[in-house]
Amino acid sequence: MTWPLRGQYAIVGIGETALGKLPGRSTLSLHLEAIKAALDDCGLTIKDIDGLLTNQPIQDAMRSYAVVVATASGLAPDYATDLANGGATPVAMAQHAAMAIAAGLCNTVVCVHARNQATRSQLPERAEVRDGNEDFDEPYGFLGAVANHALMASRHMALYGTTSAQLGAIAVAARRHAMVTPNATSKKPLTIEDHQASRFIVEPLRLFDCSLVSDGGGAFIVTTAERARDLPLPPVYILGMGQHHPHSNLAQAREVATLGGAISSKTAYRLAGLGPNDMDFAQIYDCFTSNTLITLEDYGFCPKGEGGAWVQGGRIELGGELPVNTHGGLLSQAHVEGMLHVTEAVKQLRGLEPAERQVLGAEVGIVSGHGGVGALHASLILGRHAS
Amino acid sequence: MEDGGVEPYLKPVPKVEPEAAPYWQSLRDHAMKVQHCDSCGHWYFPPSTHCPACLSADVTWRPVSGRAVVWSSATMHRAYLPAYEGEIPYNLSLVELDEGPRVWTNVVEIPPDQVRIGLNVRVRYDDVTPGLTLARFIPAAGQ
Repeated sequence: MTWPLRGQYAIVGIGETALGKLPGRSTLSLHLEAIKAALDDCGLTIKDIDGLLTNQPIQDAMRSYAVVVATASGLAPDYATDLANGGATPVAMAQHAAMAIAAGLCNTVVCVHARNQATRSQLPERAEVRDGNEDFDEPYGFLGAVANHALMASRHMALYGTTSAQLGAIAVAARRHAMVTPNATSKKPLTIEDHQASRFIVEPLRLFDCSLVSDGGGAFIVTTAERARDLPLPPVYILGMGQHHPHSNLAQAREVATLGGAISSKTAYRLAGLGPNDMDFAQIYDCFTSNTLITLEDYGFCPKGEGGAWVQGGRIELGGELPVNTHGGLLSQAHVEGMLHVTEAVKQLRGLEPAERQVLGAEVGIVSGHGGVGALHASLILGRHAS
Repeated sequence: MEDGGVEPYLKPVPKVEPEAAPYWQSLRDHAMKVQHCDSCGHWYFPPSTHCPACLSADVTWRPVSGRAVVWSSATMHRAYLPAYEGEIPYNLSLVELDEGPRVWTNVVEIPPDQVRIGLNVRVRYDDVTPGLTLARFIPAAGQ
């Protein structure tokens, strides 16, 4: 049976702020810039909005951030909340927006996330976002997000023979895509040799396996398919969605060479009535190259353990079999915790990008979000057509 | 230090929550304990008042053998804190105790690049401050 919500809701507007180092910009200011850009994109005003979803900005934690942003936007929403799925939050926002509209709570929801990690960040003497296990890993020198992710990469390498040079292909693809993406912040050409020559941060992960630290934000607007059809730009329909959250820490993870995406994507494929072969592109959360690799396998694009070989030879680049992170991703565009993976998927499905960065004939794509240490996962299948 | 005789310890120290106090005390005693569920038999870590396998509160602290196997491992090359500047590169590991639970640790006494997944290790207690003992691991005898 077809999922009753399939194609009933659409993303109609997207906004991206300036990206990079933005000294003096507050997180609230970046949220407002993103919202304004998304409204302007689709010709709506704040008066057309009745729902708002935010993610707590990690530098400025406050109570009920969604309402802070709503008030600052001149909005008294009928539905608003902060979601806390880490880097999976923007993908989860699209899901919650559709659910809230389906439940009758509201009609048009702004989903927004911004951060000023680059200029406000303090190196993690203590992690800024606690996951409850710091007392047990920090005393052993597990500092920074790279440490636990490196343990995930190590395990994939040990179980399947994946190599650092194979991971390099993911960094190179991201950089090539960033080079043709106007607002990407890292555009210097990057080769496998550059990747292999870059220093280890936490071995086996090198500098170019790690994502950027950025200021910036993005927003998207979800409404009903009916309303979407009255707006000027092509709607991008929500065709499937899924979540799975396998653990909160690596001590209690069943496995880390396979993550929540294995189950989350199955749910999304089932609801959409589609499979990996139907996807024209994939926007995969790439906090580290190893995470992209694990997720591509988990999403069924290749068998588990074969991702290292599979990503070679331009397969995941524009023009290849499955373009991945066509905006350059967290690795080379900017790190706004996956918000720009969603907006990029919308751009590709509108089909209005310049030829050098448009996935030709893109009809359906999948977006992943990943939070914590492989702890949280959300998937979203978007399409150009409602049915 | 007041008497000027001891270098301050500048690395992260745990906040000892009441639920985890028996764990840290067991390291102080050089006799590691972790929790065991007396309802379903599950051993687990990190500490919790309720068993993560069956949600029973019928849990007790029990000594473990101190034997473990490396479950995953990496080498830290960046000194996130000045206190680590003289220590990089150093090993980061998750080891699986013979009883089942995994703990974060450092495998020491061998070069970091020789720590392999599957390596058999045993606990070494390091008294790093008068109040804090860490459980590091070393290759088991005969390796």
